Amino acid sequence: MIEIEGITKRYDATTVVDNVSMVIEPRTIATIVGTSGSGKTTLLRMINRLVEPTSGVVRLDGADNRSVPGYQLRRSIGYAIQGHGLFPHRTVAQNIATVPLLLGWDRDRIKARVDELMTLYQLDPQAYGPRYPHELSGGQQQRVGVARALAAEPNVLLMDEPFGALDPIIRTKAQEDLLAIQKRFGTTIILVTHDMEEAVHLGDKIAVMDAGKLVQYAKPAEILARPASDFVETLVGASEKPFRLLSLGPVRDAVEPGGAEGEAIPGDATQRDALAELLWSGRPALPVKDADGKLLGRVTVEGLVKRAARPQ
Amino acid sequence: MTLRFDKLGIVIAAIVAYAALFAPFATFRANRIVPGQARSILEALPPTLGMLLLAIVIVGGIIALLKTPLIIRLAASIVALVALAILIGVAGAFLTPDGNTFARIAPASGFWLLIFAFTLLLADVLTRLNLSPWSRVGVLMIAALAIAALLVSGLWDSLSILKEYASRADSFWAEASKHVTLALGSLVGAVIVGIPLGILCHRVETLRAGVLNVLNIIQTIPSIALFGLLIAPLGWVALHVPGAAAIGIRGIGTAPAFVALFLYSLLPVVANTVVGLAGVPRAANDAARGMGMTDRQRLLDVEFPLAFPVILTGIRIVLVQNIGLATIAALIGGGGFGVFVFQGVGQTAMDLVLLGALPTVALAFAAAIILDAVIEMTATKRRVETA
Repeated sequence: MIEIEGITKRYDATTVVDNVSMVIEPRTIATIVGTSGSGKTTLLRMINRLVEPTSGVVRLDGADNRSVPGYQLRRSIGYAIQGHGLFPHRTVAQNIATVPLLLGWDRDRIKARVDELMTLYQLDPQAYGPRYPHELSGGQQQRVGVARALAAEPNVLLMDEPFGALDPIIRTKAQEDLLAIQKRFGTTIILVTHDMEEAVHLGDKIAVMDAGKLVQYAKPAEILARPASDFVETLVGASEKPFRLLSLGPVRDAVEPGGAEGEAIPGDATQRDALAELLWSGRPALPVKDADGKLLGRVTVEGLVKRAARPQ
Repeated sequence: MTLRFDKLGIVIAAIVAYAALFAPFATFRANRIVPGQARSILEALPPTLGMLLLAIVIVGGIIALLKTPLIIRLAASIVALVALAILIGVAGAFLTPDGNTFARIAPASGFWLLIFAFTLLLADVLTRLNLSPWSRVGVLMIAALAIAALLVSGLWDSLSILKEYASRADSFWAEASKHVTLALGSLVGAVIVGIPLGILCHRVETLRAGVLNVLNIIQTIPSIALFGLLIAPLGWVALHVPGAAAIGIRGIGTAPAFVALFLYSLLPVVANTVVGLAGVPRAANDAARGMGMTDRQRLLDVEFPLAFPVILTGIRIVLVQNIGLATIAALIGGGGFGVFVFQGVGQTAMDLVLLGALPTVALAFAAAIILDAVIEMTATKRRVETA
């Protein structure tokens, strides 16, 4: 659990973060979204004390984050940034081993952990471990960056626009990987992004920042349904709202009894995907299957359109 | 069939043609200070050897002129250089009248131009072969060994430079060691002071402009003026600081030379440290901090290794510059190869000037090649990865 209480950062006369309070539940993902200069990165960097707050407190599992020296605090918190920040003069394996080495783990434990993470991220440890970062593709570099952040098994992972430099296809894949790994390790993740789509997709809760203030902190559906201000409304994008709302729920939740012609859609797909498929193929309904191929029922254009309406 | 010319080869061939056919190959002088008489290749050597050398350089010039395979160009340049090196020794013995110890035979402009032309050809071939750093150092070693072998063999003993050497053998090696000590010692001092100063300038932005400007101004002071400026303060130190005179600090001599070289060395070292550290990727630095490295760990494990090739480039500049500049130290009694240069100038004995100048050039050249190789190795270590 991360408790941020009345935290403020001032540089001379400018207030970058203004009296922000929020609580991030353990094992959830909170996304912080805002325009550039909204103070979202500064807020993130005050959690691991890369930036020292002017006033206010950050508590990690009840303990004030100033109770240990900054560098020790940061070793216990994962940190991944845009452009990955890999060390160009160290191999992939050495990069991933950075924090375990700082913590003084023994060699076998480090090697085992590096191999585990690389395998998890679909990078063969034999082939990729001895390579240097510049020999990897952008997507691979980003994966190594996240693997490095997770190396010392941190409970909390801070991510600053980690997927900002990736092309859309690799980006989607990286987001899915992150969700899977979050589920596996139960890490509490705070992710800064300027992309509302990403914030809605990844966040259990979304914090919207504007000019240093926390404008709204709520579940994605709530943000979409009841934006707290015009700013949030603009950020959500009026024309995108119904589709974003649909993207929050799996098809499984929208299943109606009955059958339909044509190829089935998996129950895990989002309702938005289902609607897109319906509109594109010109069919009125789609069959829905679960992971085992068992027929669950069907989704209809009519049913989805109703769900895309503003929640009352 | 059309002939195709090599661009650099046209220049080389022109030099070879002029040097072989019109310029004097060796100079004969009745004693070491009278003006000399020019001798062409055919006059300076026994007829068969003269014809042979002429044939070698002309064929070499033609090979350079035309577009020819690298291996042939390589062979031509090496054969020509070896022939020149051996036959200038033969010319020395051939031109010296029997039993005459006053006569001086010196290589003349034609010889030097031919050496220059074929060295240019060799350097061009080696560049195009794209040798690895180790092989470049290897080539340097082979060349150094070949020259050493020629010196030891006594083949060049009848040449004027070696006659000057023979009468100064002891002081030559003493001055050589002084020269190297001055050049290397001031470099070590500059590295010990300059790198921490550069790190400080990188961290404290307000300091940067001031320090670099002061070092820039020092760099613009002519060396002789700097020696002069140092006489007063160092003389004062020698008089008033106990023990200073005992370790050799005086207004003239080695101390001011050392201090001047040290001051000149600071700018390249400090500036390259600052530039190298500034070139460290921001994201890598941010990640290092974010993962919990202390400032010291970040400096030693991330910033310094990444800046190292740039810092090394500064050290290379300093070393080559110092080897040359140390020659001036002789003016104020600092010793070094400059001693022979200034004695030679004073006596109008060009051979003595060369005795000081040639080892200086050779040292600077060797230092440049070795450090370039080291820089390339440190910079490519993280790029080239053989599977």
